[in-house]
Amino acid sequence: MADIRYSKDHEWVRREGDAAVVGITDYAQNQLGDVVYVELPEIGRKVEQGGEAAVVESVKAASEVYAPVSGEVVAANELLSGEPGRVNAEPMGEGWFFKIKLSDPKQLDALMDEAAYKKYIEGLS
Amino acid sequence: MVDPTAETLQRTPLYELHRSLGAKLVPFAGYEMPVQYPQGILAEHLHTRSKAGLFDVSHMGQIRLRGAGAASALETLCPGDIQALGPMRQRYTLFTNEHGGILDDLIVTNARDHLFVVVNAGCKVTDIAHLRRHLEPKISVEVLADHALLALQGPQAAVVMARLAPGLAAMTFMTAAEVSLGGAPCMVTRSGYTGEDGFEISVPASRAESLAKRLLGEPEVAPIGLGARDSLRLEAGLCLYGHDIDETTTVIEADLAWAYHKRRRAEGGFPGAAVLQRQLADGPPRKRVGILPDGRAPAREHTEITDGANRVGEITSGGFGPTVGGPIAMGYVKTAHAAPGTALSLVVRGTPRPARIVKLPFFTPRYYRGK
Repeated sequence: MADIRYSKDHEWVRREGDAAVVGITDYAQNQLGDVVYVELPEIGRKVEQGGEAAVVESVKAASEVYAPVSGEVVAANELLSGEPGRVNAEPMGEGWFFKIKLSDPKQLDALMDEAAYKKYIEGLS
Repeated sequence: MVDPTAETLQRTPLYELHRSLGAKLVPFAGYEMPVQYPQGILAEHLHTRSKAGLFDVSHMGQIRLRGAGAASALETLCPGDIQALGPMRQRYTLFTNEHGGILDDLIVTNARDHLFVVVNAGCKVTDIAHLRRHLEPKISVEVLADHALLALQGPQAAVVMARLAPGLAAMTFMTAAEVSLGGAPCMVTRSGYTGEDGFEISVPASRAESLAKRLLGEPEVAPIGLGARDSLRLEAGLCLYGHDIDETTTVIEADLAWAYHKRRRAEGGFPGAAVLQRQLADGPPRKRVGILPDGRAPAREHTEITDGANRVGEITSGGFGPTVGGPIAMGYVKTAHAAPGTALSLVVRGTPRPARIVKLPFFTPRYYRGK
């Protein structure tokens, strides 16, 4: 089972070789409500850890999705343009946002693991 | 320890019910109100348009004006023909200021021995002071602080209400009736803020929860929060005070001249009458319009509108219309750019996005006009 890491902004990252898949967590999609629109980064865009990478909009408001790690965008989930609701239904799976070719894989080690993230969100409620 | 910076929020008589239904509660106009329930805004919006949605709008102000000449007294504050309102009929009107701008929008009902007025929650305190200052002591201003206000909206609302009181199904749009519902004396009006057929029910606070539970017990009815209330009214092209209309927008600019009735145009006698007359004659400098983004990205309140080169306006309400199936918005543009079909640019996150002016509403209202 691939190791998933989490950021304080509720993004998840799953390593796939020298790339990583990024999405938002179940906690995040629940906080957002029904997603109606997603704006994804262009392929080739360089993102910095903590920098704005995508936008996710609910009926009521727009929210930023930050890059949990630095690198270059190599894929974006085209499914979301026609089916933004996938983010709510399958936030950890089919509702992924984009893939980054990692410029500094060690950044993953500093992110929260599943247990730490669980503790983190418990502290938020 | 109590956080000294926390707002002290008021609660409606249905607060405990909202909590028991799993509502997500947020501050709104000084009240703790449900923005949504577990099914979510999208589902609540669609439910209202296909079945019947129950809204708690008890945060709004409910006022009774009593005294001989109450209608003509109220006319000194608004551009509407209130004296022409027949018994148990209601109409939409506005409190204006000396610039023809809008202090609040409201519904007035001729309840025979009094005028029943419903005002926005956010303006409640200033509206009541406004009424007291200008109407008392000749006309008494009674605030119904011990009444809740429920709205049941949707194509199945009439079928549901008829189970409680059969006569209600025959009421037509913008009429009122004093009815006992579950033994509670209520004022029911056939009106709403969603573009659907529906009813608003003024009920004593002590009876509100049991009435709400009774309605929620009907198979067609689901609880609906303020999030869906906003997307429903936006699709219907209805103004939200403080956003689409405020003290700086005139009645004419706001495209509400239909509420400025013929006799009042001739007679005046309310704040800003001269400004409105001038704008009717010369045309206003800007207009409230419907805006349809070409793409999928919503354009929210305060989004700049350009003609490709220069700023021509601003969005005042914008979001996603679940029934329309895409982004929708309302805003003001300079009159030269206000014609339906006019192509425009919306600056969203620094990037111009194509859009065009469209006639409101986005969703055609289905009010009950009778058989």
